[in-house]
Formats: sequence, structure tokens, C-alpha cells
Amino acid sequence: MSSTKPAGFISSRRWLLWSGIAALCAWVLVPIYLVALGALGGRQGVYQWPKTGLPIGISIDPFVLFLKTEGVVQSFLNSLAAAGITVALSILLGAPAGYALARYNFLGKDSYRLLVLLTRAFPLAILALPLTVSFIRLGLYDTVVGVGLIHTVLALPFAALVTQGIFLGVPKELEEAAWVFGCTRIQAFFKVVAPLALPGIVATAVFAFVISWNEVFAASVLTVRNRTLTAYLLTVLSESPMHYRFAGGLMLILPSVVFIFAVRRYLFAIWGISSK
Amino acid sequence: MTNDRRWIPYLLILPSVAFLALLFIVPLVQTIWLAVSDNGALSLANADRMVNDINFTRSLRNTFLLTLMVVPVQIAIALVMGSMVAKVGRGRETILWIWTIPLGISDLAAGLVWLSILQNTGYLNSVLFGFGIIERQTGWLSYQTPVALFFAIAVAEIWRGTAIVMVIIVAGLNQVPKEFREAAEIFGAGPWTRFWRITLPLIRPALQSALILRTVLAFEVFAVVYALGGRNFPVLVGEAYNWQNQNQNYSVAAAYAVLIMVISLAATLVYLKAIKVDPERLP
Repeated sequence: MSSTKPAGFISSRRWLLWSGIAALCAWVLVPIYLVALGALGGRQGVYQWPKTGLPIGISIDPFVLFLKTEGVVQSFLNSLAAAGITVALSILLGAPAGYALARYNFLGKDSYRLLVLLTRAFPLAILALPLTVSFIRLGLYDTVVGVGLIHTVLALPFAALVTQGIFLGVPKELEEAAWVFGCTRIQAFFKVVAPLALPGIVATAVFAFVISWNEVFAASVLTVRNRTLTAYLLTVLSESPMHYRFAGGLMLILPSVVFIFAVRRYLFAIWGISSK
Repeated sequence: MTNDRRWIPYLLILPSVAFLALLFIVPLVQTIWLAVSDNGALSLANADRMVNDINFTRSLRNTFLLTLMVVPVQIAIALVMGSMVAKVGRGRETILWIWTIPLGISDLAAGLVWLSILQNTGYLNSVLFGFGIIERQTGWLSYQTPVALFFAIAVAEIWRGTAIVMVIIVAGLNQVPKEFREAAEIFGAGPWTRFWRITLPLIRPALQSALILRTVLAFEVFAVVYALGGRNFPVLVGEAYNWQNQNQNYSVAAAYAVLIMVISLAATLVYLKAIKVDPERLP
């Protein structure tokens, strides 16, 4: 079909396609570049007028100064710890469920899937509101563990569905062959299935990390002094100078961008699975 | 599968069921009870207090307007991205990676990113000043400019939230067999007809889950609003947060939470009904 069209027409369509793609790439990247300028420009950078958008007068010092502000490093570490707990719990609880869904037919399988899908129709972070009272009673209020627990509610349904897809991708015959050769079920799982499923599980873990790292509402409701980075930034927002806000924004963005890069191969496979 | 193995799947799902029961079902029931009770008896006092609060109508209207604005635009941009990248051979991976970067960015960070652009001495004003459209620094984010603030929040939300829609839609597009489109092309369907008649119906399941996910998230909008406009632009979750943390009134906060849940569930049901996914017609 297209061979009958004049060459100029085709190349102009190509040109249109690529300029559209470039514009959408710029739409994503330019704002990140600008906030980085703001974070590295310090106080003078904020009040410079009019701005050129060129990397002039930037240095790492304003960002380092921000890091030295009381509470920043601690809240960063709290965020890491809460995300670590979320990753560990959602994989430890979610992967076995995913394996059960992938390999067994059992009564209640559909009800279980319904429970998992139901969580998606709910604004889960809001459930942190009543948990405040129970967490105070249990000594979990204002702790990293408490935040990790509520973030696991967000990440666990996702982990169960995604690991189901991953285990479905590991041929059952391999596992059965291992049984024939005398492995117990547990040995077969760890020697045959786990190594093949590992990359996908790591990708799931990274997603659980990002979910926790980015969560604002529940973390802000459930903590007072042991704040995560998002909760800390939210509470000091109104009294922080502009360049500190930008530095905080950059600090939130950088780790998750790296992580998304690390799992880019799995993004579409994972969402193909979890949106079924 | 022998009979004595039947307990295995139950053992495997038990931990997650117990966890979700304790931290999803129990707080869900607690929230509802907190919202509809007063001193241990059924009462509408909290709902009454919520509805008569000065910010209630505004926050409800703002949240709905934002959702109505943001979700369709995100779906449209995501469809454009999906159709564009389908035509690309080399470089596809890189383009998709760049477009998915906002997936890892929190709503708070997105608000702060756009704050750097839209604040008084920010880049938007610099550009407008450079073109001679404005004469001096103009504020866009105060309570005096509610329309500009609305669009600022919408832009930040669209910037951040489109990635997830795009990923779901591209995953859906990947599952559409090439033959369908080729057959339509042979029978003379133009690109426009192919899109509306072939592609769109076939990615219904992906569209449905993208819509559900994004709408539920849109009704939860909070941090991006707070980062850009402080308390100048009340939204439902922001009100719940204020009642809980500032006013220490957990019951009214719970009433807001229940309202948000009811809206989210209603939206989910509407999508499930409106976009029928016929399992037999799936590729």
C-alpha cells in the first residue's frame, strides 16, 4: 500500500511521528531537569529573574546543605526501612499466594482473587485513619514498622497477582521432572522454579519498594516523629524555603527513577499480567 | 494431585488472607463504624458535620472536576503514546523507558516539580515574560486565581499519572494480534477506522483496568494539591487529613473516608458495567 505513495509524503509522516515522540519525551524530562536546576541553584537560583533554564550558577552545595537540615537524613533512612519492610512482607506473603494461584485449583480460588481485586477498588491509604487508634494501642503508631505494614496492604495484592503470572511462566514440566528425579516439592521449588522466577520476583520487589517510597497519606497520618521522607516533606512544606522544597522533590525522584530503569524490561510484562 | 496434598494451596494463601483480613477488612469495618456512629450508637452526626463544613461542597466539587479533567486526558495521551510507539522499531525501548519515568514519581514530588515551573519567579513566568505576554511576575497558585490553580494541579497530575495508563494500554496493545490490523488494512480500512473499529474494542480489558485504577487514584488526590496550592484548593482526602491531624476528629475524617470509598466503588461499578469485556471475543 504505502509503496504507491510518493516518498515525500511518507517522510513527512515519519517526521511528524518523531517530532510527536520527541515532544512527549521532552514533556516528561524537561520538568525533572528544571526541578534539578532549582534544587542545585540554591536561594539565588530561586529569585533569579527572568530565568533562562540554562545550568548556570548551580552547584552541589545547596543540595548538601539541604541534606544537613535536621530530620532529612533520618527521614530518608526511615523511608528506606519502611520500603524494606514492605518489600520483604509483600514478597513473603504474596509470592506463596501467587504460586498457589498458578499451580493449584482449589475451592475458594475465585473468592481469593475477588478479595485481591477488591482492594483495587478501594482508596487503601485512607484505611490508615482508623488504624491510628489500634496502632497506638499496639505500640506501632509512629514507627517505621507500622508504616511498612500499611504499605504492605498496598503492595501485597499487586505482588500476589504478578507472581501468579511469573509462576505460570515457569513450565510445570520442569518442576514435575524434578519430582521424578527424587526432589521433594520444597527442593524442586527452590532448585528449579525459584531460579527461573527470580528476575520477575525481583522486579515485583522493586515495584513494592516504589509503592512504599512514594506513599504520602498513610505515612503522614501514622507518624509524628519517625517520619518517612514523604511525610517529613509534607509537614515542613509550608515553612520551607523554595529551594529546599525543590531539593526534597529531587531527592524523592532520583531513587525511583533508578529503580524504574532497573526493571524497565519487566514493566510491560508485569502490567500485562496484573491488568487481566 | 493426590488428596492428601489438598491443604497445600490453603497453607500458601493463608498468610496473605490473614494479613489482608487484619489490615484491610478490619480497618475497613472500623472506618465505616467510626463514620456512622456517635458514642457507640448509630448516628448521622458525623456525616452531618461533614456536609455542613464550610469546605465540604468545594472539596467535593474540586475533586470531581479534577477527576473529570485528568482521567480522560490521561487516557487520550496514553492512547497517542501507544499508537506512536507501535510504529517505531529501533529506539522503542528507550522511548518507553522515558515515558514510564513518572511511574516512579510520587504525587508529592510531582507537585514540587511543577511548583518550580509555576511559582512566581518560575519558568512559566520567565517564558511568558520573554514573549512579552506578561509585564511582571504573576502568581498562578494563590486562592485569588482558583482557575489557574486548578489547571496547575491538573497538569501536574496528568504529567505524573499518564505513565501508568500508558503502561497498561501498551501492554494491552502488545496482545492484539498483528493479523487483525493487517486484515483490516487489506479490506481497505484507513488508520482512523482501524483504530476505532479494531484496536479500541480489542484493548477494552486494558482500558477498563486503566480507568478503574486511575479514577480511584484521582479521587485520592492530595499531596500534589498540597504541594502546589497549600490549603487554597480543598479536596476530599485533604479534608480527611485535616480533620484527622489538625482537628483530631477521627469520626469526621472517617466520614470523609467512607464518602471517598463509596465514590470509588461506584466509579468501579460504572466502568465494569459500561465497558463490557466479552471473554470470547478476546484475542
